[in-house]
Amino acid sequence: MEKILLALVSFVIMGGVLGIMLSVFGKLLEVKSDPVAEKITELLPGANCGGCGYSGCAALADAIAKGKAKYDTCPVSSKEVINEIGVITGDVAPGDKNGQERPMRFRAQVMCSGTHELTKKKYLYEGLKDCNAAMRLAGGQKMCPNGCIGLGSCVQACKFDAIHIINGVAAVDYEKCHACGMCAAACPKQIIRLIPYDAKYWIGCMSADKGAMTRTYCDVGCIGCKQCEKVCPSGAIKVENFHASIDYSLCIGCGECEKVCPRKIIWSNVSQRSEGIVRASADLTPDKDMTSGGNVEK
Amino acid sequence: MELREMLLLMFTAIFIENIIFSKFLGTCPFLGVSEKPVTALGMGLSVTFVITVSSAATWLVYHLILVPLGLEFLKTVAFILIIASSVQLIEMFLKRYVPALYQSLGIYLPLITTNCAVLGVALLNVQNEYSFIKSVVYGFSSAVGFMMAILIFAGVRERLKFARPPKPFRGLPIALISAGLIVLAFMGFSGINLG
Repeated sequence: MEKILLALVSFVIMGGVLGIMLSVFGKLLEVKSDPVAEKITELLPGANCGGCGYSGCAALADAIAKGKAKYDTCPVSSKEVINEIGVITGDVAPGDKNGQERPMRFRAQVMCSGTHELTKKKYLYEGLKDCNAAMRLAGGQKMCPNGCIGLGSCVQACKFDAIHIINGVAAVDYEKCHACGMCAAACPKQIIRLIPYDAKYWIGCMSADKGAMTRTYCDVGCIGCKQCEKVCPSGAIKVENFHASIDYSLCIGCGECEKVCPRKIIWSNVSQRSEGIVRASADLTPDKDMTSGGNVEK
Repeated sequence: MELREMLLLMFTAIFIENIIFSKFLGTCPFLGVSEKPVTALGMGLSVTFVITVSSAATWLVYHLILVPLGLEFLKTVAFILIIASSVQLIEMFLKRYVPALYQSLGIYLPLITTNCAVLGVALLNVQNEYSFIKSVVYGFSSAVGFMMAILIFAGVRERLKFARPPKPFRGLPIALISAGLIVLAFMGFSGINLG
């Protein structure tokens, strides 16, 4: 009986001492949470994509609350959300519905159209299914030094399930893409660009080799013939480094370039031309098993 | 306690009686936090700190309070009390002074409270009748063994991400099998007796 009493009393005392110690230290070591930062965190999309340059939505909210970041830093939020954040930080007047005009919508575009059938390979790759790993073996399986390796580092980086590997080339789902830029950062070949969502024409190649060279290893790669540059009425398309590129601030969407391209490497929204495609859509299945397909001698 | 004895005890705790590979205690964080080496390191460090501190605290409570009062049979309850409080304290400390670590460990800190490794080490200290210094050294080395194990496993898991085992095995199953293989390797230490 005494033992039980003794046990009870000593444990009550011990529990009491520990409890008091914890509450004392709780007060001493208190961290004041910032209600402003919490409010902003709730408004932000919460995808933690990193497109803003911070390590996550909470980190950005903290920076905005402290004044270290501008209220419209998040590239992925809608105009309404940005306005609401602006109201909190005081940059936007509460009744102002328009507030800061959002820049036009962008999307990511993979500048390579080299599917398995269209490209030649240097070797048959059997290794880690990662573009950075393949990059170390003479720059990946495709002979083209600027070609998409197709092992999916960009797929891993995308938080919105907007990019997939189809037929050995990465392709972006334009509807799902939020233009955060993480896929572009992840690509070791640096061939993913952010272009305007409404871009009517785009060139699916960044091959920096001379035309004759490009022909030997890719059926569709840009050869830098400058036919497009000659017919462009606004001077938007220029051939540099033996491949064409479009300046979207000048492009008027006339489509003359697409008509004259001998390689048919200029894809278009307008004519829906996207055979052998590199543009993800509902009816195409992404490569389930991203093993390097195709054969070495084509 | 001389240096030689301490070193032998440390070697035993880290390799021969590795808390995960020989005693199978603390496998929850071992499997749960080992996806990336960086978080594994953070987890390992906090477990080390918790186990060392609680080894000392539980020894004191056992020998200064429970034994004189004849309440040794209540050691499990008492130890849980001590461990829970010390983990809470550590959590508060981290939140205030090392917020980055607090963010990355997040929910895992309370998990360490109920982690059988912490209670296990405390009870083992009692069972083996170690002195205060020996208890702390044994606790510290067991935790170092845990950290080594979780770091090794994090490295293995990073590689496993790119491997392509058959579909039913992907994810946790192949991780468990790999852990089992590592245990097999560590069984090579089992015959060594360092007194």
